[in-house]
Amino acid sequence: MTACHDVEGATVAVAGIRRVALVGSPNAGKTSVFNHLTGLRAKTGNYPGVTVARSVGTTHVNGTPIAVEDLPGTYSLEPISPDEQVVTDLLAGTCAGIDPPDAIVLVADATTLRRSILLIGQVLRLDLPCLLALTMGDELASRGGRIDTDALSTALGIPVTAVVAHHGSGIDDVRTQLASFAQWQRPPVLPPAEPDAIDAWGQSVLDAADYVAPQPDRRTQRIDRVLLHPVWGTVTFFAVMFYFFQVLFTAAAPLRDGIGHALTWLGGQVADHVGNPVLRGLFSQGIIGGVGTVLQFIPQIVLLFCLLAFLESVGYMSRAAFLMDRVMAKTGLEGRAFVAMLSSFACAIPGIMATRTLPSSRDRIATIVTAPLMTCSARLPVYTLLVGLLVAPQTRWWGLSAQGVTMFLLYLGGGLSALIAALLVKSTILRGDLLPFTMELPPYRLPSPRAMLAAMWSAARVFLRKAGTIILATSLVLWALLNLPVREAQTRGMSTTDTTAYVMNHSYAADVGRAVEPVFSPLGFDWRTDIALVGSLSAREVFVSTLGQVAAASDPDAPQAALATMTDDHGRRIFTAPTVIALMIYFMFALQCMSTIAVMRRETNTWRWPAFAFSYMFVLAWVMAFIAHSIALGLGA
Amino acid sequence: MRTQRQGAGEQTDPVIALAQLTPGTRATVVGTAAEANPVIAKRLGQLGFRANARVDVVRRAPLGDPTIYRVHDTELCLRRREAQLIEVVPEADR
Repeated sequence: MTACHDVEGATVAVAGIRRVALVGSPNAGKTSVFNHLTGLRAKTGNYPGVTVARSVGTTHVNGTPIAVEDLPGTYSLEPISPDEQVVTDLLAGTCAGIDPPDAIVLVADATTLRRSILLIGQVLRLDLPCLLALTMGDELASRGGRIDTDALSTALGIPVTAVVAHHGSGIDDVRTQLASFAQWQRPPVLPPAEPDAIDAWGQSVLDAADYVAPQPDRRTQRIDRVLLHPVWGTVTFFAVMFYFFQVLFTAAAPLRDGIGHALTWLGGQVADHVGNPVLRGLFSQGIIGGVGTVLQFIPQIVLLFCLLAFLESVGYMSRAAFLMDRVMAKTGLEGRAFVAMLSSFACAIPGIMATRTLPSSRDRIATIVTAPLMTCSARLPVYTLLVGLLVAPQTRWWGLSAQGVTMFLLYLGGGLSALIAALLVKSTILRGDLLPFTMELPPYRLPSPRAMLAAMWSAARVFLRKAGTIILATSLVLWALLNLPVREAQTRGMSTTDTTAYVMNHSYAADVGRAVEPVFSPLGFDWRTDIALVGSLSAREVFVSTLGQVAAASDPDAPQAALATMTDDHGRRIFTAPTVIALMIYFMFALQCMSTIAVMRRETNTWRWPAFAFSYMFVLAWVMAFIAHSIALGLGA
Repeated sequence: MRTQRQGAGEQTDPVIALAQLTPGTRATVVGTAAEANPVIAKRLGQLGFRANARVDVVRRAPLGDPTIYRVHDTELCLRRREAQLIEVVPEADR
């Protein structure tokens, strides 16, 4: 062992870090093995030219680092889509800019070995050093199946290690073996290439390993009898979705408020200790405020990913997709897109990140560019303000609270428009996908805390690092627009709120607001509203506080009273019913969220799709708001 | 186009589409329909719907589509459109 280490130590020094690729079918436990090997330090990115996420981590064997790459799950090395082509190209060394790996760790689920033996055969034909990590051996035994791993190793001609991904047993064994992949046993004869011959080869290997396939999982059958029942299944589905949102909104709110309070306190400290008013504003509003926008999203995103990971690792997510596939098929998407759309009701960012489970890149992009139409939680404060300006709290329509009905209609409008937009996108620019809809329904399993932690951590990290930088940069720019130039001379002796209002109404943002006023005046927005629209480009809820500052409201976060009586330069009320309706409609459609744009860029690996989404949503928002404004004016509202 | 009718020698067995079977029945795959797109036929084969494979029809979704099948020890769901392309010989009695 020591001798071969020295030899490899030399190769590392010469050829750089050695690379191992994990190859396996979807659901084989590949990502679990990857997480165990690399811990939580994986780097994620995209493969060149496609929207397939790439994750590379490092594992240390006796102090030597080895790069481990988690390839996308695949059933075969004969790809039928450009996304699947990535795995084949990478292993063959024909992927632009990426060298083939030095060795392959095949990951296969022992309970479905009859299917994955084909992939194993194809990978062996690449003639690279190969090791088979066989997962779910415990489940195979408990369901009445069996396999002789030593005999399997002999029959395949490569080392085989049993791994229980759930608690990580066998992982150390795999790691130790990685140190000496050059010494791994190689098959004396490669498996045949012809489809019929490879079937026979697979059968002979399984026979030699004394393989007995498992019985169907009784527990899964019993649970499915209820959870997929026409009546009980549907009831459970809606109950699960209901509690999903309950937990999301109620549990994340205190955490978000806690972060908010902590940042307010920090801002107060800055205000007390920084003398220069411009610097003070920059620190307390620009930086702390900007970072705050990012941080306040974190609890909800982490919680959402925790719930998604729980439902996924238990096995319910594929059942939900199965139940909803018929509905999603009407939009040209598939059941799995439902999960992404649903998450977008909380926030489009995790929704967009959840599209990674979709095998078809056209479906993925169609979902990414339409999910932001779903009524996310950032619209809630905007809608609350606007609904309050439009209808009085005691007004009742058909015996129901008019505010509640309006809010419901806004939510419904968002949801329907996302589905309609998906239908349009899928039947025009993203038409013609050959990939058939196929989805595996794994047996119900107890969730692995480690897998859930990994999912939460990667989501939070992606959001903090990638979206965080863009959000911080834009909030700094917006702060500068809203607060510069400095008006110290003019505001001397004014109260704080009046100062804020004066500075804002004479800022660069006001110039922008006046410059874009002709664009928005057909919708009934005057330049003060436009300042808030410009401000809300960073995040929708900024609309409320910006408008509050523009109107010099005593509490900028609850500016309703000040806004209701606000007048324009000619003394007319600004927030008339048609204008408020137009604003609601505008916010229903417009993509006023830098974080979403940043995540879209990240997930699609190009600026083209975020640019497309921003443009079509702006046009849609403007046209629909114009129509709504005109109708409301015509009706004399 | 490519056809994979290996068991077509047994004339007595009626060959029907997998989509026509009701949940609870079992069948043996004969091949994929001649009119099937070769790419889709390839994928269905990779998933286990190959000649001589046993398929159990497990359950249909409450809205009528898709349907869960058990093939090669895995439960998979297919839409009617794809299940229509898989030719099977149903097992008489279970």
